[in-house]
Amino acid sequence: MDNFDILITIAVVALANFATRLFPFLFFVNHEPPAVIIFVEKTFPPIIMTILIFYSLKHIDLSNAPYGISEISAVVVTLVIHLSLKNYLVSIFTGTLFYMVMVQTVFVSV
Amino acid sequence: MQTQQELFAAVKNSIPVMMGYVIIGFAFGLLFVSFDYDWYLATVMSIFVYAGALQFLAIGMINAKVGLFDLAIASLVVNLRQSFYGLSVLRKFKSSGLFKPYLIFALTDETFALLTSIPEKQGLSAKHYYFYLSLLNQCYWVAGTTIGAVAGGIFSFNTEGLEFSLTALFIVLAVEQYKNLKSYLPFVIGAVSAIAAYSLLPVDRMLISAIGFSMLLMFMLKKQIERQVRATIDG
Repeated sequence: MDNFDILITIAVVALANFATRLFPFLFFVNHEPPAVIIFVEKTFPPIIMTILIFYSLKHIDLSNAPYGISEISAVVVTLVIHLSLKNYLVSIFTGTLFYMVMVQTVFVSV
Repeated sequence: MQTQQELFAAVKNSIPVMMGYVIIGFAFGLLFVSFDYDWYLATVMSIFVYAGALQFLAIGMINAKVGLFDLAIASLVVNLRQSFYGLSVLRKFKSSGLFKPYLIFALTDETFALLTSIPEKQGLSAKHYYFYLSLLNQCYWVAGTTIGAVAGGIFSFNTEGLEFSLTALFIVLAVEQYKNLKSYLPFVIGAVSAIAAYSLLPVDRMLISAIGFSMLLMFMLKKQIERQVRATIDG
């Protein structure tokens, strides 16, 4: 991919992103949003987050050694740290560091 | 400057976001140049897109050569949650005049959290305070990205595993959403849809098809979800 292709891609993502932020300001300025929008508002974000957790781990290899131990343990570490310390920075930092140590030193892929 | 106090309040309140954005922005810049793209493109992306999780996701999709249409759909859906942030700040932004387009553009998860969770001091000009807060946050993000992208080009980092920062971010956001919603059904729907899409379809279609499945399930289970949410509110 050359720089021009990447700039085009950035433009598409930028427009889509701005559209999601602009949407309510265009349609719901003078009246309350309908009930179904409120239902989607509450329900859809956690669904998407869960899908994204799986999606971001799609390269996990469960059928060959080490059977995704690095990924699974890093998810558990992140969860436990976040539930106990409740600081999102600390959780993200510790979880990522843990995963990096796992893949770089414990289970080095050849 | 006539709006010094507003700027001061914005600097003070945005310090937690500063630490987060500089660090996560740094990681994004580092990851960006690890795909051998020019460093300044990372800066351009952080200026014009300015959405943390989406930028990480998009850079992975660009690298996997996913088509523009799929990328646009994925961006819309992934950032749909931000539409709902807008719903909650409609009234806040109502009289912000010329600042309004930028305030809407810059409404990230963290800015939204600051805008809605910190009580505003009396006597400050709200629109200037919102503007400084939003602008400062974006400056932290752009600075972090640029430093990471430049550093990644000069020093060689072993970035293997750095992509887990995105997974960790999603985990943290999911936990926070569970605290607000107190219903486990959306998480089950998300997991079932993701696993179904992963096992039934090619990996490059996984995200779009999982989103499709989950919307179907969400409306099929609408009654159950609403009952669960209501039960926890009443109880």
